[in-house]
Amino acid sequence: MKRLLSAAVLGLALLGTAQAAIDTYEFADEAERQRYRSLIEELRCPKCQNQNIADSDAPIAMDLRAQVYRMLEEGQSNEQIIDFLVSRYGDFVLYKPPVTARTLLLWYGPAGLLVGGFVLLGVVVLRRRGKKSAGSSGLSADEQQRLAALLSQRPTHQTPQDKKD
Amino acid sequence: MKRLILLLPLAIFLGVALFLYRGLFLNPSELPSALIGKPFPAFSLPAVEGGQTISQADLKGQPALVNVWATWCVACRVEHPVLNKLAQQGVTIHGVNYKDDNAAAQKWLVEFHDPYQLNINDARGSLGLDLGVYGAPETFLVDKEGIIRHKFVGVIDERVWREQLAPLYQELVDEVSP
Repeated sequence: MKRLLSAAVLGLALLGTAQAAIDTYEFADEAERQRYRSLIEELRCPKCQNQNIADSDAPIAMDLRAQVYRMLEEGQSNEQIIDFLVSRYGDFVLYKPPVTARTLLLWYGPAGLLVGGFVLLGVVVLRRRGKKSAGSSGLSADEQQRLAALLSQRPTHQTPQDKKD
Repeated sequence: MKRLILLLPLAIFLGVALFLYRGLFLNPSELPSALIGKPFPAFSLPAVEGGQTISQADLKGQPALVNVWATWCVACRVEHPVLNKLAQQGVTIHGVNYKDDNAAAQKWLVEFHDPYQLNINDARGSLGLDLGVYGAPETFLVDKEGIIRHKFVGVIDERVWREQLAPLYQELVDEVSP
């Protein structure tokens, strides 16, 4: 019980610090806070890669958060803020890179591979099917008929050997 | 034809392997700068020593290295002797003292020698932000028109200078006196 309690207290304390790291800015209304959240979650920290600037504690991420906040307060649009950062740090700061000639493969490569895979699968299946029907109809119509006749013939008499089989 | 199709998976594998192999030797912490080919951002900041105001116009006239440094940056300490040497050889080097304590910066320059011709005191990091700086040291190659031509992230050592930066710098110098 005591353990559980201390764990809970520790958890609460951590929650407090996490909250403090995020919410040092004051916003006019909830909509603006949401815009700020979505912006800093979508912008990537140039220093600590694979983190957005919301999650990162690097000084540069703090600076960028402050910059985003300042620009929001000045009434700039999301596009203006993103353009401002891209013109300084390049497309790298975007977790959603724009579709350009360089990022075509990134955007459409997976879909292309999937479609390619299905096409390949289709081709293989169709070929197999074609081969199978071609294999069974290797006989002419006449031969086919004879085969059917042979198959439908019931044995008229049996030898002991037949029986054994 | 049929034989060739059988080789297709091997070809795809080799293609992927080539990309991955190349990926082994890329440094993901080196970002391409968005400022290549653009003019050095406008600024008006005090000098580290002396207190005169420096602006982007002061950087024009001759090609130069603009080195972002700070006393809190351990790697800058490693780089500093190389910069001193380059300055002795006549390479123009300007400094941007990035988010640093001015007194500490002045002390550093006295202790380790000062290779910088102009040394900009960017205490709040505003110029750094405009330059797309995300750490130190970073070094920009600026031509005589004040256009940023190259950016190098990390410590400039003898080898980096010889193999990467010296040829680029020489190109910029040659542009001045063809």
